[in-house]
Amino acid sequence: MNAMVKAEGVHKSFGAVQVLKGIDLEVAPREVFCLIGPSGSGKSTFLRCINHLEKINSGRLYVDGDLVGYRQKGDKLFELKDREVAAKRRDIGMVFQRFNLFPHMTALENVIEAPVQVKRETKAVARERARKLLDRVGLADKAGNYPSQLSGGQQQRVAIARALAMEPKLMLFDEPTSALDPELVGDVLDVMRGLAEDGMTMIVVTHEMGFAREVGDSVVFMDDGVVVESGLPREVLTNPQHERTKSFLSKVL
Amino acid sequence: MTTKIDKTGPVGTPSPAPENIKAIPVRHYGRWISAVVAIAVLAMLVYAFAKGDVNWAAIPDYFFDGEVLKGVRNTIWITILSMVLGVALGIVLAVMRLSKNPVTSSIAWGYIWFFRGTPVYVQLLVWFNLGLVFKYINIMPIYKDEWSDFMTPFLAALLGLGLNEAAYMAEICRAGIQSVDEGQTEAAQALGMSHAKTLRRVVLPQAMRVIVPPTGNEFINMLKTTSLVIAVQYWDLLQATSEVGQNSGATAEMLFLAAAWYLILTSVLSVGQYYLERYYARGTSRNLPTTPLQRIRVNLLSGSNRQGGVSA
Repeated sequence: MNAMVKAEGVHKSFGAVQVLKGIDLEVAPREVFCLIGPSGSGKSTFLRCINHLEKINSGRLYVDGDLVGYRQKGDKLFELKDREVAAKRRDIGMVFQRFNLFPHMTALENVIEAPVQVKRETKAVARERARKLLDRVGLADKAGNYPSQLSGGQQQRVAIARALAMEPKLMLFDEPTSALDPELVGDVLDVMRGLAEDGMTMIVVTHEMGFAREVGDSVVFMDDGVVVESGLPREVLTNPQHERTKSFLSKVL
Repeated sequence: MTTKIDKTGPVGTPSPAPENIKAIPVRHYGRWISAVVAIAVLAMLVYAFAKGDVNWAAIPDYFFDGEVLKGVRNTIWITILSMVLGVALGIVLAVMRLSKNPVTSSIAWGYIWFFRGTPVYVQLLVWFNLGLVFKYINIMPIYKDEWSDFMTPFLAALLGLGLNEAAYMAEICRAGIQSVDEGQTEAAQALGMSHAKTLRRVVLPQAMRVIVPPTGNEFINMLKTTSLVIAVQYWDLLQATSEVGQNSGATAEMLFLAAAWYLILTSVLSVGQYYLERYYARGTSRNLPTTPLQRIRVNLLSGSNRQGGVSA
């Protein structure tokens, strides 16, 4: 089992509403995997299932060969304890549409919080890496600022640094640029492009078709809880086979 | 958030300073009338009290009287202890109410329902008079005593005020915890933080901004509510001043004295609350409000500038 993420028939419903209706896909290590599709198609929900922020109702979901949220013994499934779920999440970084930085901490404190509190690193070590990470996202001079003193694009870059501080093997991006002013999108995408070049495995839910085409290794178009079309970005985005993909792309491009 | 404000002002050749507008201001006759009326009413009040048979000299005489000071100390002491009990129990109750366990959340609900639904004065009396139904207190291996020896005025006051306060604090804490955006919990969990750590490191510090201001109010309220412990014969400020008043014949004067002491204590608390709120507002507002000291300094500095006339 070589895939970083593997989904087999993943279903998810909220009450009576079925959001995911059987998702099958594989994400290889070092791959940049872009999920596109209209809002309400289940992209974000699927992303949140990967680090068990949402529980799937049926199917199987694996990260790096391990089942998400459960342990299998024979043909029986056992729910993982909260502590075990938390331990798995350490290896999966997540970036949210609305940044979700901790507002009562400075940018630097945001970045060192998890390494110090979860990984029990010393503050000195965590701080040094945090400074490097902030430098990498172009915010070395903003270490002492609170999130409310930063622009949206800067906040999102701090959020990326915060996720990277845990040295994850997989990064999930949930529409990372959708809440940003157009002129600030580029900085965030540049940081993500750099990550991709360094070989990070990334799953990106996005409406940035340009990013998907240039940086993405594969693109999946989802609609109404199913994967409609998938393949190389060039093929899916420029020469879609499916009617629904065509009509979606004609609206966003 | 994203617009860049041009701080340099209009560029180019400096234009000559425009002439200030000179106009006759609107006359606010209503303001004058209302001010005169208010001052007149105030003057009448002062006159009435001055004419009244008040032995003003008695107030400074007894202000630092030993019994009164003991009452002040006890009032401060019972206020602090009741609030500590109330806050501690309130946090526990709030967490219980928010827990997924239906038994603990129902118990917390019932507690809040009972203690908020009955007057604190009645609760104080109930604690004090429980001796009528319990002859002994018997916590099996630890403690056994006659109820009347166990339930001192101090303990009755502490339990009456503290347990009542816990019900209010529980609701304040719950509102605070619920005010924190769900995305914060998600972000913390996505980083691999446990539930307890998420609560302690991420949720509670942000909830404090919502919890602290009403808790300050509760503290000030508690200070005044302690005057009810006269019902359980605890020697607080009001009890002390009433006693002194009866013995010295200056009953009304001693009540003024008590009011003055309460005012001093609540004023001190208000100042403390201001700084506490300021501390917990960090990170939320871009610019913290200035402290009075800073404001005075700024006013002094700008006062000297203002003489320069029109400032750019």
